[in-house]
Amino acid sequence: MRKTNVLALAALGTALTMGLAACGGTAGGGGNTSSGNNATGGAAPTAKHNDAYTKVVNASDAKGGTLKFALSDEPDSMDPGNTYYAWNWNFSRLYARPLLTYAAEPGDAGLKLVPDLAEGPGEASADGKTWTYKLKKGIKYDDGTEVKAADVKYAIARSNFTDELTDGPKYFAQYLDSGGYKGPYKDKNLDDFKGVETPDDHTVVFKLKAPFSEFDFLVANPQSAPVPQAKDTGVDYEKTVVSTGPYKFESHEVGKQLNLVRNENWDQATDTTRKQMPDRIEVQFKQNAEDIDNRLMAGQIHVDLAGTGLQSAGRAKVVQDPAKKDSTDNPFTPFNRYAMMSTKVKPFDNIDCRKAVQYATDKVATQAPWGGPLGGDIGTTAMTPTTVGYKQFDLYPNGADHKGDLTKAKEHLAACGQPNGFEANVAVRGDRTKEVQVAEALQASLDRVGIKLTIKKYPSGDWSAQYAGKPDFVHKNNLGIMIAGWGADWPSGFGFLSQIVDGRFIKASGNYNMMELDDKAVNELLDKGIQTTDSAARNEIWAEVDKKVMESAAFMSFVYEKTLIFRPANLTNVYVHPAYGMYDYTWLGVKQ
Amino acid sequence: MTAPSESFLELRDLRIHFPTEDGLVKSVDGLSFKLDRGKTLGIVGESGSGKSVTSLGILGLHKDGRAKISGEIWLDGEELVTASQDHVRTLRGKKMAMIFQDPLSAMHPYYSVGSQIVEAYRIHHKVGKAVARKHAIDMLGRVGIPQPDRRVDDYPHQFSGGMRQRAMIAMALSCDPELLIADEPTTALDVTVQAQILDLMTDLQREFDSALIVITHDLGVVAELSDDILVMYGGKCVEYGSAEDIFYRPEHPYTWGLLGSMPRLDREPTERLLPIKGTPPSLINVPPGCAFNPRCGYAGRTRGRSTSQVPELLETEGGHLVRCHLPRAERRSVWENEIKPMMEST
Amino acid sequence: MPGSDPPGHPGRTIVVAFIVRRVIAAVLMLAVVSMATFAIFFLIPRALGQTPEGMASRYVGRDATPEAIQGAVKRLHLDDPLLVQYGRFAKGIVAGQDYSLGPKKAECPAPCFGFSFNNNQPVWPTLLDRLPATLSLALGAAVIWLVTGVSIGVVSALRRGSVLDRAAMTVALAGVSLPIYFTGLVSLSVFAYTLGIFPGGGSYTPFTENPVMWFQALVLPWITLAFLYAALYARLTRAGMLETMGEDYIRTARAKGLKERTVVTKHALRATLTPILTIFGLDLGLLLGGAVLTESTFSIQGIGKLVIDAIRGNDLPVVLGVTLFAAFFIVLANLIVDVLYAVVDPRVRLS
Repeated sequence: MRKTNVLALAALGTALTMGLAACGGTAGGGGNTSSGNNATGGAAPTAKHNDAYTKVVNASDAKGGTLKFALSDEPDSMDPGNTYYAWNWNFSRLYARPLLTYAAEPGDAGLKLVPDLAEGPGEASADGKTWTYKLKKGIKYDDGTEVKAADVKYAIARSNFTDELTDGPKYFAQYLDSGGYKGPYKDKNLDDFKGVETPDDHTVVFKLKAPFSEFDFLVANPQSAPVPQAKDTGVDYEKTVVSTGPYKFESHEVGKQLNLVRNENWDQATDTTRKQMPDRIEVQFKQNAEDIDNRLMAGQIHVDLAGTGLQSAGRAKVVQDPAKKDSTDNPFTPFNRYAMMSTKVKPFDNIDCRKAVQYATDKVATQAPWGGPLGGDIGTTAMTPTTVGYKQFDLYPNGADHKGDLTKAKEHLAACGQPNGFEANVAVRGDRTKEVQVAEALQASLDRVGIKLTIKKYPSGDWSAQYAGKPDFVHKNNLGIMIAGWGADWPSGFGFLSQIVDGRFIKASGNYNMMELDDKAVNELLDKGIQTTDSAARNEIWAEVDKKVMESAAFMSFVYEKTLIFRPANLTNVYVHPAYGMYDYTWLGVKQ
Repeated sequence: MTAPSESFLELRDLRIHFPTEDGLVKSVDGLSFKLDRGKTLGIVGESGSGKSVTSLGILGLHKDGRAKISGEIWLDGEELVTASQDHVRTLRGKKMAMIFQDPLSAMHPYYSVGSQIVEAYRIHHKVGKAVARKHAIDMLGRVGIPQPDRRVDDYPHQFSGGMRQRAMIAMALSCDPELLIADEPTTALDVTVQAQILDLMTDLQREFDSALIVITHDLGVVAELSDDILVMYGGKCVEYGSAEDIFYRPEHPYTWGLLGSMPRLDREPTERLLPIKGTPPSLINVPPGCAFNPRCGYAGRTRGRSTSQVPELLETEGGHLVRCHLPRAERRSVWENEIKPMMEST
Repeated sequence: MPGSDPPGHPGRTIVVAFIVRRVIAAVLMLAVVSMATFAIFFLIPRALGQTPEGMASRYVGRDATPEAIQGAVKRLHLDDPLLVQYGRFAKGIVAGQDYSLGPKKAECPAPCFGFSFNNNQPVWPTLLDRLPATLSLALGAAVIWLVTGVSIGVVSALRRGSVLDRAAMTVALAGVSLPIYFTGLVSLSVFAYTLGIFPGGGSYTPFTENPVMWFQALVLPWITLAFLYAALYARLTRAGMLETMGEDYIRTARAKGLKERTVVTKHALRATLTPILTIFGLDLGLLLGGAVLTESTFSIQGIGKLVIDAIRGNDLPVVLGVTLFAAFFIVLANLIVDVLYAVVDPRVRLS
């Protein structure tokens, strides 16, 4: 009698869980068995692992509460014009509106640019050297004054043309035709800045040195968010940023704490991408990284601001606990982790020796240091999957299991004139544990075909200035393989590729084209692409560049990096924004 | 327990044993003696003979549980071995007091001399600080410290050795103890100061009519002071008698050794006439038979008894007790014919 | 001897002269410390072939242009000879200095320890801002460890060999051997995240803002930090106590008829605590220069957290500032301990 009862209960339990799973799967598809609902106490449909990758989790219109961020580091600056951190380009949109921004959508749709401060995308002149943006009318700063075109011009001037604000990228300085402009701190007269013109208070015109079809991506950087000249306090501006977004600065103790409150002068009607859910937003800087994970899991804070994911202890907890795993997402970051083979160092100057390496590498082994499949997908191209124009292909299929095709590798070794293998050096940033482990995995891989690698470690601080980024040094020290990584400043093929594959960007120091690939076809395709205004045609060209680069066999991707980010149950409106590879910080709300 | 003692102080078969990891240390092993008010007993022996342990035992300072104590200590009609620790504490400092050797380490370095005397006084007298302080100054004056009202606030390290010993005596006498035990009171002092201190103690003893025990390794110290002398060896009494007995008619070979090694004013202090060879016995593995036999020059004359049989403490004549296997006649003759002439010749 | 000034009571003039002498020595020492720190950060990298541009590239953004790097070199004066740089630093302390923020100059009044290379904030106000957290942490922990450590040590010594003694000493051994980041994270995970008794990491609030929160947030850091030191002090006290209880003057105190409690507290403890006081002063001085591990574990923005981040970020002005700050506290602690020692132990003379 008893036994039957137990069995009956067990059967009922199974039925219930199946019902719930179905319920969760259809995201609110209601009307399931009513008897089971009492047991779950009306809990929200449980989100699964990676749910926020494809849809909005915990969607809610409830306003109020305090949204808490924590960061283990401190930012370069909270000044939208003086920062190079991806999370800050995401976060700063809470108080800084650039001309354009990315659509608020998960998946590929989020890589599309939409108007923010501007009324529409830039209008390029016929020669592609003049880009004009019309500002929306009636957009105000948090003090109630109206945003003027001159403030956008000033923002570009200060962020790109001063010695003091050094932290952000300098693309405008690079592309704008501004002569010998000294910057607004040395030259107070803004009229001397010829690179940007403001014919009226709502028109901003950018003058370029050369056609640049992806200029819209540049103005999506927070550097185009307006700054009134009178309010600029230089490096100290980060303490009192003037807000155009849904939140404004309440207080900012640099390196310690930032508090944002609602900006009553922000008008949702002018803004298609942001929400204004919490009453307050608090950011704590310099918090213990491992403790951040614990606080996230305990629901005491809501977001790890850096968006780089859990630490190893936190990952271990998630991997062991399915319930916890359902509270995580595993998005791509903009980073490709790869090896470059120098085309100028023997025997890698021979393409067959490079191909031998491509075939011999056990990519499962080189994936492991990044955290296995949760740390990244095995890569076969230069561009990453969240780059506009990415096409999947694999020129050097190294076995069905990616563990290496040793027969092919040996064939190419023979073709290279090194049938028994050879000795070579692999350079790595010695203080980056994961990269050192990758070098060791590569060493073991290549040893199988007789290629004996010696690992050379260099400090990451001067990696690009003194070591791997200095071709002279590379040649002198026979650094055949260099382990590196790259993430684009904007998610297009050009943004990703130009710095690392353009032969004309090979620099005597600070060089990122470490393979010293100077392929005429590649260079010309890049030029052609950046002058192609039709985006579909342009994206085809980037895929072509990728293919050409991979044909050189000098570039070998290990993984398209992924992070494992934690999504506390009390966080609402959560989705992964593909342009940042982290949650859209302008959408988040908190359950009270 | 046997009948109460008639004497002011009487020890009956006192044993103080310490269990250690190496075995049982029999520091005091069956000691008995009597002492009356106004009298002075000298206890003489090498270090490790048990004389200091005896004195601490009388004060009840071994009652913290580590030592095994048996026998009886009678003080003024009270038995102390079985008395409670707390009761014995109330007697300490008041009824019986002690003068320790090396007053520099025996006095607390962080408290002024005066405050240490004041403390001793106030434990047993419910008086205010000012009264106690005046008493302390009085005491310092009485033990011969000049300008006592100034020196009362000085710290022990600011006193010279002799002055420090005087202060120590002042502290011990501050509650008019009826029994005063002085443990090597003059060891650290030079000869002139030694004499002063000894004189002081006799004077004070006379003044207070207290019983005095002087513990020393140096027979010279007790020569003038003592009425009776007890010679200890290996935790036992080996010879007991009046000062005259011990100095003029000593019968134990160990006493002879002590006499022979007495420093005298007419000799270099380091020069010893009859050094006692060997080292004091281990109190754990006491040699079989007579404890002194390994060092005794006359053990051969006992027909083997000294290594097989523990000698008993026997009276030779009128209160003179000796623990020795040598026949009495032989002891006398050795003293008269061998030891005495040698000592007189120098 | 009579007539001389009793050294047990250091006269006012002696103390003043002593302090003046020590202050002069301290200033000289701080100068040496600052030079050494300077040398470590500038001389050694240069000797190893580091260029001013190489150094400056740390303080500008990723992919900074050569012009931006040159700008940073000029702004941070990295190309000046070492002596000139040191001179500027020393002058700043005495006379203050200016710093270019961009549109205007920031004034940094004396004592100016310069500006952070990484976030451009003036060092001195930053130090003053971080000090209350470190003070709160160090002083609170000090009270806890002194009370618990010494009491456990005393009880252990008096009950030597007992179960209590053995248990206490085993725990003490664990306390000395377990690293703070481990005990800290464990205590957080148990008491903050599982049981919810105390707030989690990063919850430190200044006393002046919210005393209740200040207290609650500090309980775990206090205990974690105090655990280590209490263990150390329990062992020290126990050893000291065992030694003292064998001293002749303890026997004297007992012979006077003192109660055992008085013997222990008035006579034994006083002598035992004097050397511990010295160690305590130095430990506290050291902690005021930053409790690096505890502050990092609990995300308390104190001096220790500041300096460890500055070291990681090659932020010389901040490192230099904290080094001098910490050295100052150590010197101060030494001075106080020496004066105190002379007060406590009449045998010690100030010289």
